Amino acid sequence: MTQATFQLHEQESGVAQPREGSPWTGMWTVILKEMADHLSSTRIFILDILILLAALGTVYVATQELQQTVGQDQFLYLRLLTNSRQPLPAFVGLLAFFVPLVSIALTFDAVNGEFNRRTMARLLAQPVYRDALLLGKFLASLFTLMLVCTAIWLLIFGIGILRLGVAPGAEEVGRGVWFLLATTFYGGIWIALALVFSVVFRQSATAALASIAVWLFFTVFWGMISGVLAQALSPVRIGFPQEILAQANMELALSRFSPNTLYAETMIALLQPEVRSLGILLPTQLEGAILGAPLPPSQSVLLVWPQLTGLIAASILLFALAYVLFQRQEIRA
Amino acid sequence: MSNSVILTKDLTKRYGDFVAVERLNLEVQVGEVFGLLGPNGAGKTTTILMLLGLTEPTSGSVSVLGLNPGRKPLSVKSRVGYLPDQMGFYDELSARENLTYIARLNNIPGEQVERRVGDSLARVGLEKVASKRVGTFSRGMRQRLGLADILVKQPQLIIMDEPTSGLDPESSHEFLGMIRSLKEEGITVLLASHLLYQVQAICDRVGLFNQGKMVLEGTVEDLAQRVLGGAYRILVDAEGERPAILHTLEKIPQVTHIRISDSSLYQVEASQDIRAEVAQAIISAGGRLLQLGVQAQSLDDIYTAYFKEVEHDAGHISTA
Repeated sequence: MTQATFQLHEQESGVAQPREGSPWTGMWTVILKEMADHLSSTRIFILDILILLAALGTVYVATQELQQTVGQDQFLYLRLLTNSRQPLPAFVGLLAFFVPLVSIALTFDAVNGEFNRRTMARLLAQPVYRDALLLGKFLASLFTLMLVCTAIWLLIFGIGILRLGVAPGAEEVGRGVWFLLATTFYGGIWIALALVFSVVFRQSATAALASIAVWLFFTVFWGMISGVLAQALSPVRIGFPQEILAQANMELALSRFSPNTLYAETMIALLQPEVRSLGILLPTQLEGAILGAPLPPSQSVLLVWPQLTGLIAASILLFALAYVLFQRQEIRA
Repeated sequence: MSNSVILTKDLTKRYGDFVAVERLNLEVQVGEVFGLLGPNGAGKTTTILMLLGLTEPTSGSVSVLGLNPGRKPLSVKSRVGYLPDQMGFYDELSARENLTYIARLNNIPGEQVERRVGDSLARVGLEKVASKRVGTFSRGMRQRLGLADILVKQPQLIIMDEPTSGLDPESSHEFLGMIRSLKEEGITVLLASHLLYQVQAICDRVGLFNQGKMVLEGTVEDLAQRVLGGAYRILVDAEGERPAILHTLEKIPQVTHIRISDSSLYQVEASQDIRAEVAQAIISAGGRLLQLGVQAQSLDDIYTAYFKEVEHDAGHISTA
């Protein structure tokens, strides 16, 4: 008894000492289990089939057109991703649409699902921190998304080789890898967003709807809202070119709050080497430029660096929010 | 090292204004089966969560296996098994997969995982359905799987929250047998329940909880002594002239109260075990003694008597 009391005192005095062990203990176990769940779930299987069909459709149409111009174009494999013919959109357009959906579908029940299945108490009674559980779930969704995107990208290049009869060049592959990275970061935002909602709402359906609502807001409404806001914030009173320019810049800046805009700009710069600016270019700025000459990949990456950083930063901020909320959550149902 | 597996000092937990647990001093020794008893909402589950470090105490201190769960959560959780009142599983996974996940989270070396999971499943008699999806399991099977889930990590202390709620009598009997076998292995068990007869059947000591406070603590006999005032209840079945029998029974000095529950049944309350005297009295009164027994004091009686007392006091306060 005296010894036990002594121990208690010792612990009381050691309040400042750090938590025991690494916060990431057991994270890989969580990642592997969650990925196994994702890859075998019907939900993801259905989405995968949808994406696959969309990819095959758009790429098939693109190759039909490209077959005529083989030999004239330096970046056939990039055109494969960006060319569109009515009524089908380009593959990247479809991807910008599907990636948020897949991300949300992977994550909207990550935390509340454990509560609803009553497995949360059981999991947290194991020697793992909440940190490992949450990050493990985030990364599992991210890796699954990466896996799906990479598989589809390889498939498209495969079809390209078969249909076009030309092997992709190093630059095209390099730009493709950057494109995959950017797509993953874009997905990361939606995964982190769905994770926040899955912590906040105890009902999985509510979390899914809330995530979809945010996605719809940015996809459909933010474009209009940023236009209206730009008119209000920097109005064209007299009609000077400066005023018109200021308004256009304002609208662009506002629209960049949407991850969709950031992703679209990243795609344009990475997959269309001729693009040398994402903002408004004045004729004076183009002096001496050879129009239509492609940029080297490093310059294209430099061009979208702010967009890429923005995508990553938004993911991290949203994840941090989910983290803070989850750490404070009571385990009792 | 001390022999205390669980030791709390003035442990308090408040949720806003609501006091869930108030100044709890609990000590559980190695190899003991301790029962936490109390009505729903008395603070049992909150206490358990604090012992596991899943909820931070507002004040006071906790020591589990000599460790502070708030500071050394990994060590505590790898030595303590927790069976929540409704253990959840991943329904789409098999029993073995569910347990393997837990084994890996406990950092059990890869080559041992399969053996340990197999052993645990065999221990609770689920080895034949190990590859079946847990979604197809019955309530009783799930509860046994929950126990297997805990045994995988070979814990020194097992904490159970209402382990037999919702089980049919046979399953719950079986489950109690398993808990008893844990005790034989030297595993300390803390059991929260409101099912008194079960607690009585397997617990060495019990603590009675009410409104966040532990109001009584001790062995079942101890509690009986304190709450029921050490009353013995002797059941007598005797034929014969009732007034004569009653008259002679009342003459025994230790008798405090006699109740007639049926034509030939008498319930004698006394301050001592006076079975011999009662038998003698009945025969001397010309009765035919058919049956005589002393009623074991059950936690039920203690529980009812205690809460009746509390309500009575509360009633006093409100009228005053």
